Amino acid sequence: MKEKPDVLQGTLALMVLKTLDVLGPQHGYGIARRIEQISGDVLAVNQGTLYPLLLKLEHEGSIASEWGASENNRRARFYRLTVTGRKQLQTETRDWKQTAAIIARFFEVKAEDLP
Amino acid sequence: MRFLRRFLIRLSNFATRRSADQRLQDEIAEHLALQIEENLSAGMVPAEARRQARLKLGAAEAIREDHHAEQSLPFVENLFQDLRFAVRMLLRSPGFSLIVIATIALGVGATTAIYSVIDATLLHPLPYPHPSEMVRLEANLPGVGAHDIGISIPELKDLQNSGIFQYVSLSFYGTNNLTGSTQPASISSKSVSPSYFAVLGVNAQLGRTWDPHDATPGFLPDVVISDGLWKREFGADPHILGKSLRLDNDVYHVMGVMPAGFRDQGQTSDERSTDMWAAAGFYGDPAPPPMRSTRFPFEAVARLQPGLSPEAAQGRLDALVASLKKQYPADYPSQGAWTIHLTPLAETLVGKVRQSLILLFGAVALVLLISCVNVANLLLARASARGREMAVRQALGAARTRLISQLLTESLLLFVLGGITGVAVLFCARKFLLQFVPESLPRLNDISISWGVLAFAIVVSVAAGTIFGLAPAWLTSRLDLNAALRQEGRGSNGSRKRSRLRYALVIGELALSLVLMIAAGLLLRSFWDLFKVQLGFNPTRVVAIETSLPNPNDPTTDIYHTATQEAVLLREVLRRNRTIPGVEETAVSDRAAIPLGHSQNDRRGVPLFREGQEAQSNQPPLIDTSTVSPEYFHVLGMTLLRGRLFVDQDAENTPLVAVINQAAARVYWPGKDGKGEDPVGKRVHLLGRLGRARPDWTTIVGVIADARTESLADAGTPQIYLDIYQRPAKFLAFYVRGQVDPAAISAQVRTQLQAVDAELPVFRAETLDDVLASSLSVRRFSMEMVALFAATALLLAGLGIYGTISFLVNEQSREIAIRLALGAQRSNILRMVLRQGLTLAAAGTGVGMVGALVVSHLMAGLLFGVSPYDLSTFAGVTVVLTAVAIASSYIPALRAMRLDPITTLHAE
Repeated sequence: MKEKPDVLQGTLALMVLKTLDVLGPQHGYGIARRIEQISGDVLAVNQGTLYPLLLKLEHEGSIASEWGASENNRRARFYRLTVTGRKQLQTETRDWKQTAAIIARFFEVKAEDLP
Repeated sequence: MRFLRRFLIRLSNFATRRSADQRLQDEIAEHLALQIEENLSAGMVPAEARRQARLKLGAAEAIREDHHAEQSLPFVENLFQDLRFAVRMLLRSPGFSLIVIATIALGVGATTAIYSVIDATLLHPLPYPHPSEMVRLEANLPGVGAHDIGISIPELKDLQNSGIFQYVSLSFYGTNNLTGSTQPASISSKSVSPSYFAVLGVNAQLGRTWDPHDATPGFLPDVVISDGLWKREFGADPHILGKSLRLDNDVYHVMGVMPAGFRDQGQTSDERSTDMWAAAGFYGDPAPPPMRSTRFPFEAVARLQPGLSPEAAQGRLDALVASLKKQYPADYPSQGAWTIHLTPLAETLVGKVRQSLILLFGAVALVLLISCVNVANLLLARASARGREMAVRQALGAARTRLISQLLTESLLLFVLGGITGVAVLFCARKFLLQFVPESLPRLNDISISWGVLAFAIVVSVAAGTIFGLAPAWLTSRLDLNAALRQEGRGSNGSRKRSRLRYALVIGELALSLVLMIAAGLLLRSFWDLFKVQLGFNPTRVVAIETSLPNPNDPTTDIYHTATQEAVLLREVLRRNRTIPGVEETAVSDRAAIPLGHSQNDRRGVPLFREGQEAQSNQPPLIDTSTVSPEYFHVLGMTLLRGRLFVDQDAENTPLVAVINQAAARVYWPGKDGKGEDPVGKRVHLLGRLGRARPDWTTIVGVIADARTESLADAGTPQIYLDIYQRPAKFLAFYVRGQVDPAAISAQVRTQLQAVDAELPVFRAETLDDVLASSLSVRRFSMEMVALFAATALLLAGLGIYGTISFLVNEQSREIAIRLALGAQRSNILRMVLRQGLTLAAAGTGVGMVGALVVSHLMAGLLFGVSPYDLSTFAGVTVVLTAVAIASSYIPALRAMRLDPITTLHAE
């Protein structure tokens, strides 16, 4: 069986921010689940590693958290995007797209294209 | 910004110990519950659903750790944890900690003490703005071997107009009689160019200083006084400005008061505490007319143009000198090869003590090194005792870097505590310690434990702690787990490496102590030789009491202008002094004649013209002169070799006479065949003394034996003695020989002197033995210090050997026990252990010899009468060191010999 690739360091944060942006406030399990679903179950998030990252993002002020009730009426911690987080997401999305575009161009280039 | 916010939150979490652990536990529980639910709905059996959920979550403990690391500052947390542990370890073995801390305190404290002296003297010798611009100018005549011949007024003008300097100033240190208050006082004063304070770059705290461009002839009517004099004599009178002062019977007005912290620059401590500055143009009365060849034996200091390096300035100065020589060939005869040399002022001030201070710093650095090595040795010894602890920690998963950082924290804690103790002791004892610093050291008053010195102590402690803690930590943390856990590290790789390092450390310690001891031995020999040197005069029971006659600017107001006028005073005071109980003999001389006295300005030579010899060369040699009364030679016990001494019949109206010493006869009258000719009856004249334009032909009437009156290290400096009844002198010293109380004699002489002239001050009564001792003070200080350091080093080295051999005996106890059980002689065991000690000592001595040869070669300039490779010193020190090595191995050797094989083998 082939190992599922781990999430690249740094990209997980971006995924978390985007998930919260799309779905609104979520608890940890919800975020982990969403990331797996969207990646088409290709990525294996060792789900626990998410929690230190969430704390880091909170310390940085990109997200905020508070206790709330989960679907089955149990106490869960809900994370939501802050204004700062939304701005950060925008810049990082732009940066990421740029990087991706550049890499894509490198992949497409052929020897005869070069002057 | 985001990073900062994150850091601050973590910091506040760390400080308030806020934990997010409970929150994480709750979140994870919820997470698992949700995952299990989902797994169940996917059709898993409950047990499998729980297992899969946990697998998916990952290692809970690792998550907790990561989460906690994010919540707080793990690095700082570890540090605190290590520190707490280090303190616990320190308290657990208080004896060990105390020894280590005391050893480091000794090293760091001593080093810091010497550094504080160096900081004040070598690193900050000039307490003035932009000290690097300040230079001293010295005119030399290398062609005839004359140095520091002084500068004439036209030359001063040329220098000022050269564009090389901002300001140039002449200064002349002396004393003035301050009269008018209750007791006439002699105050140390400087006659300076009006630009003097502009050169120093310091302004008055009250009033002002002179206009640096003032070029009035004679003395200016306004003087500047020191803060000390202002407070002492005038009770810090706020309306002092404009008040009059009577100095040497001339009236001056106070124009400014210098700030409290201001110290003058100068070679002697007297000069640095100058109390009054008078400005003069140095031409017009009382000075002779400004002639290019009338050079003043004054000190010239100058401030370079900003941004001009001393080297570049010297280049431009050389060009100036060359053009002046072309312009005035008559004033600068080519065989004199007149030059002006420029030296940074800082160098001239500390030049004499620099070598001694560097030697001391080297010595104290060695002591520090030895104490660090000793501590490293102790740490290693403890490391072997903690081998099991390290092995257990490693087995439980501690990373090696973590172990090293913990061990390093422990050693750093010890070093920093040691450093703090050392500095604290130094701080408490600083007053006491400063007593031992010789007064002749420049800037003695400014030696303090400043921030710079504190920073030095901290840096030294931390650096030493890191360097000497790292090696033991490295070796301690590196061990073979299996072997260590099975049997306390015996025979393991780490242990053997450790012993090898310990040997190296002990050998290093021994070598360093040998170097220090040889340095101390050589200094001791030099000092002893100087102390035992044949003086050529007898200082015992002689007290010199100084006074000075007023020297008013207008010669017609001087009541002691001629020798005859002065002779009346001197003869009467001498007669009265002889009536003081206990006094057997008296004499008087000028200040330059005080044997080994410390006034520098009087020690400049004057040109000696020999009749019939100087016609062809315009540049005569310079000779030291002393003006003395006829009794001087007898009071000081100097021997007449040829001719006669002065007699009472020699007076102002009889032919001028002089006495020279043997060195002068040898140097200046070598004779045609080199055998020497009799100088008695030859005529000389001494030009260059102020105000003497016409030749004063003087007949040499006698030759006395050489005496070390100039310097103890110098057997024969040419000297010429003049008769004080023929040539008046202003700065005088009265001598009394006999059973007198040095503490009371000053007052007794004052009574007698002031009975003749109530306006004369008396100051500084010193026995010649004291003068002799203080002329040796810097040498004595460095010798005593180095000896003290060497003794410390020897003690530490002894402890080092003792520790190492004890450790070896401990480690070999099983082997020794087996040998004994198999019938080995106990004396053989003793010999075996002693041999180990001796091997170490031999290796240490070998390495140390090489270092000692280098060091003794470097300190050759500080030695007197002993070769830097003195065999007896080297041999003696080696014997002492070997003896100490044997003695310190003896105790553990005895322990090894008395080992009971049965108990030992049972205990293992």
